[in-house]
Amino acid sequence: MAFSNEQLARYSRHIILSEVGVKGQQRLLNSKVLIIGAGGLGAPAALYLAAAGVGTIGIADADEDDLSNLQRQVIHTTSDVGKAKVQSAKETMTAINPEITVKAYRTFVSADNIMNLIADYDFIIDGTDNFPAKFLINDACVLAKKPFSHAGIIRFKGQLMTYVPESGAPCYRCVFKQPPPPDAVPTCRQAGVIGAMGGVIGSLQAMEAVKYIIGTGDLLTGYLLTYDAIKMEFRKIKLPVDKNCAVCGDYPTILAPFDYEQTECNLKN
Amino acid sequence: MKLIIAGEKKEYKDGLTVSELLDLEQVETPQYVTVSINDEFAQSGAFAETILKDGDVVEFLYFMGGGC
Repeated sequence: MAFSNEQLARYSRHIILSEVGVKGQQRLLNSKVLIIGAGGLGAPAALYLAAAGVGTIGIADADEDDLSNLQRQVIHTTSDVGKAKVQSAKETMTAINPEITVKAYRTFVSADNIMNLIADYDFIIDGTDNFPAKFLINDACVLAKKPFSHAGIIRFKGQLMTYVPESGAPCYRCVFKQPPPPDAVPTCRQAGVIGAMGGVIGSLQAMEAVKYIIGTGDLLTGYLLTYDAIKMEFRKIKLPVDKNCAVCGDYPTILAPFDYEQTECNLKN
Repeated sequence: MKLIIAGEKKEYKDGLTVSELLDLEQVETPQYVTVSINDEFAQSGAFAETILKDGDVVEFLYFMGGGC
């Protein structure tokens, strides 16, 4: 497919890069990325992927915009308060780039819907705010052989890792066997999070998706990248594979996605 | 003995266990931290019995659930 003059202008700073070029931009336009959670992580990821021309972007979230979201969830505006998050996200993404398709799923992910949701997508971004959802996304992506980016943020800290099936790299469950009990580990609702942290880590998730799609560079497979804004320190920590992992190990016991008990943070915000 | 903890070289007494290290380093919610030693996971239920040796490279991997 030939690019229109508008497309050549819109994506000129991509196309001029030897690592992207016309071919890479075409791959982006043909690609499909699902963002689960339209919050602190999902907002910047969605903005950059829309701007980059990822042709189809799914965004899943059941919540409505709340005033307390706006300190960090930069895809939503003050006039969006009360609106479905996926709706305001879709409006902003489409305003940035009208030529992409944004599919809004006003739902939380669960064992019942996740396999269907991820089936059509090339790459999944976990921007959720609770452990049951993070484990569910991991298990579903491992089982469906879908690459995904995990991330978490709290206070002045963030982390992310990338899973790619059949890459020999560990999954999230290799590192963290099972969710901690509800309220055992503080959530950002309880402990707070600096607004720009979502911007840093969510943008890195978008970067991983883009690199995966254009097939360039080293992904965070087999590594956990941690960011401490107070120390202003990034660390890339090597992650072993757990051969006994319940979902990706040699003898898996998790053969279908399942739901852990929902925690408070998942119900609102 | 010297250990490298989260990228920093530090001096500890010989025979230190992972549990004692988590305590000394004041790790938050240590029962929910994943520990790797020389790029292998330390067995999660056996931190009190896992003895560290000179030169070990130790990393703490923390649950981070936020995204909201």
